[in-house]
Amino acid sequence: MSRFSKSILALAALAVSSGAFAFDNYKGLGRQATQAEVAAWDIDVRPDFKGLPKGSGDVQKGNDLFEEKCASCHGSFGESNEVFTPLIGGTTQDDIKKGRVGGFVTGDIPQRTTFTKVATISTVYDYIYRAMPWTAPKSLKPDEVYAILAYFLNLAEIVPGDFVLSDKNIAEVQQKMPNRNGMTTNHGMWPGPSAAKGGIGNGGKPDVKNVACMKDCKKEVRIGSVLPDYARTAHGNLEDQNRSFGPVRGVRTIEGEAAAAKAPAQSPELALANANACMACHGLSNKVVGPGYNEIQARYKDQADAPDRLFAKVKAGGQGVWGSVPMPPNGHVKDEDIKTLVKWILSGAK
Amino acid sequence: MGDLSNKPGRLQRAPENFLTEEQVKAVGAGRRDFMRKSFLAASAAMMAPVAARAVEGDPEILNLPPWSTTLGLPVATNPYGQPSKYESQLLRRESPGLTRVGGASVSFAPLQGLFGIITPSGLHFERHHQGWHDVDPARHRLMINGSDPAFLKKPKVYTMDQLMRLPSVSRIHFIECGANTGLEWGNVAVPTVQYTHGMLSCSEFTGVPLKLLLEDCGVDYKKARYVLAEGADGSSMTRTIPMEMVENGEVLVAYGMNGEMLRPENGYPLRLVVPGVQGVSWVKWLRRIEVGDKPYATKDEAVHYIDLMPDGLHRQYTSVQECKSVITTPSGGQRLLEQGFYNVSGLAWSGRGKVTRVDVSFDGGINWKTARIEGPVQNKALTRFNVDWVWDGKPAILQSRAMDETGYVQPSYGQLRAVRGTKSIYHNNAIQSWKIVESGEVSNVQVL
Repeated sequence: MSRFSKSILALAALAVSSGAFAFDNYKGLGRQATQAEVAAWDIDVRPDFKGLPKGSGDVQKGNDLFEEKCASCHGSFGESNEVFTPLIGGTTQDDIKKGRVGGFVTGDIPQRTTFTKVATISTVYDYIYRAMPWTAPKSLKPDEVYAILAYFLNLAEIVPGDFVLSDKNIAEVQQKMPNRNGMTTNHGMWPGPSAAKGGIGNGGKPDVKNVACMKDCKKEVRIGSVLPDYARTAHGNLEDQNRSFGPVRGVRTIEGEAAAAKAPAQSPELALANANACMACHGLSNKVVGPGYNEIQARYKDQADAPDRLFAKVKAGGQGVWGSVPMPPNGHVKDEDIKTLVKWILSGAK
Repeated sequence: MGDLSNKPGRLQRAPENFLTEEQVKAVGAGRRDFMRKSFLAASAAMMAPVAARAVEGDPEILNLPPWSTTLGLPVATNPYGQPSKYESQLLRRESPGLTRVGGASVSFAPLQGLFGIITPSGLHFERHHQGWHDVDPARHRLMINGSDPAFLKKPKVYTMDQLMRLPSVSRIHFIECGANTGLEWGNVAVPTVQYTHGMLSCSEFTGVPLKLLLEDCGVDYKKARYVLAEGADGSSMTRTIPMEMVENGEVLVAYGMNGEMLRPENGYPLRLVVPGVQGVSWVKWLRRIEVGDKPYATKDEAVHYIDLMPDGLHRQYTSVQECKSVITTPSGGQRLLEQGFYNVSGLAWSGRGKVTRVDVSFDGGINWKTARIEGPVQNKALTRFNVDWVWDGKPAILQSRAMDETGYVQPSYGQLRAVRGTKSIYHNNAIQSWKIVESGEVSNVQVL
């Protein structure tokens, strides 16, 4: 081999070992991101706290913030199951000690709350910061997220009432997360390399093994479960969910007049209310978190200034008229849409 | 007429079939005079305007319909074409009570009436985590950066104009929510294949391999072994993806779906395509890709999309959709019209590659028959299978069982539950059973 060939090989080996190759391959396409741009969007926080913003917040501040911005959906203590599954509950001091939620081991856990499941506190910080509150995501400042998280930790009896959570002590709190040892990656459903090769899991080995038997595969057919009667009708008239021609028909699951009556078309106002997430907290004729629209109409229908007062409440939020759960401000809804919605509610919300 | 005519919902027989078996035998025996009487009887039973001509045949043939005798509509009457007005039944639908907030919910694709392997874009299932938006493509950006400056020589920003100038590929892949069939882990809960399996769709996606973009930014594959994908919606959904899948060239940054742009509900103008992996990783309204050296334990990898096992541990980073199949015709909530021949049809798929075989049973899994697979079979795509069947009017239990190119055979409920219990929510790929009773009604049952 010539010296020249050797040097080429050496160069190639160097390129491979450093992982280097050409970039900026497509002339005129893509430009360098500025530091400010990356900072604006790169908000993820990893379990090792890479990406965690500096800051701090205490339990009391978190309690106040939660009551103002979060309790309308999650309940004052993160316990509500009305709109979303509960955040807090189902963990014990023993769980905090062991890092395994005992209810999962015994199988008698009544409800899988966020704090029974999550092993990494970074996940909770990351998610609140990027996605909450529901109707105004990314509006919380880092200190506010720390405070709300401190409040959660206090509710879950992980930290005392005077606790201040910060980027400095969050790693210590991680060591008290009730389900921190509750995850396993020993499975074959990660699509990358195995843990043995620096990845996750067993490298794709399935956990069940069936064989493709073709004849006389078993002596009897054991039925484990059949469709309950209520489930047969719970999805409406199945006749209307299949073609009216072809090899089969849908089964008529709702008889007589009920089947003949078509579902009423959604009014444009209801569509607007849905689109603006109003229906997350209000029912047309029932309380969900906030009052039902029928209740609001009943209370305000004879008041001349009701449209203006309700407009202000939708826009800026309010509290007290219907109990302690506040109505969050709805800055995301256009003024004209609020007017349309208020008029619709006061005329019966049909 | 025969006794079937008394069954509710029975179709009116065409005139040429008005004879009972006994009468057919009588005709065969030479009693031709009998035939004339029967024609008259059949005529009397028909509606007045066609009665006079019924003797001669089917009024739908003898009386020309308006579409044969009048002028039709001009081109571009519907500038964006719509399905026939007779196709109003097959819609994506919610499962009542499954979720309480429409912005964090699911709508299921009507698999019971779809053909072939491509899901019509308007019927593609939906799963949103914080509502959907119709994102302005002129204002949309894709950023690629590293969790550490050493992982990427040059963090970059691309506009849609630029992304759509880059070399593109088009590939057909299925997308299935990890929670598809999740309602059925413990017991039968929903009536039709739309609700048991409808968080499943398949499309041709067009876009740029993510590998091309990462290399354009000067990624260091030796250091960066994971990718984080992030959406531009309120939830800014994030998921971890192994770099191996990117290096294979199969992960796409897609803008096209079935020949047009993505639909808003499916991530317009840009989504990630991660073939074989559960839908939550196919981040919609994709705004950012970060390369890193560790997995991220995002909300949808640490609170949701974790699989609870009988020992109380949750499996984390379960992403692959294992081999699965389901018969779509006939299926739960449908009714066979009468005895006789049927083309039993269904879908099979595997997140580990190509489907190699599908077997179908009509007796609840005692005996099996290999189905015809409609080719060409695509990698990590829905695969249509068909099998001939003559229903003799007796009860039957229909099942399908798929195999993929790794040799994996779709498991039974008994086998799956023996390992995973009934509370894991995600990744239920058990063999689906449809029970048919004498009336022809098909219902959802679970065979262990």
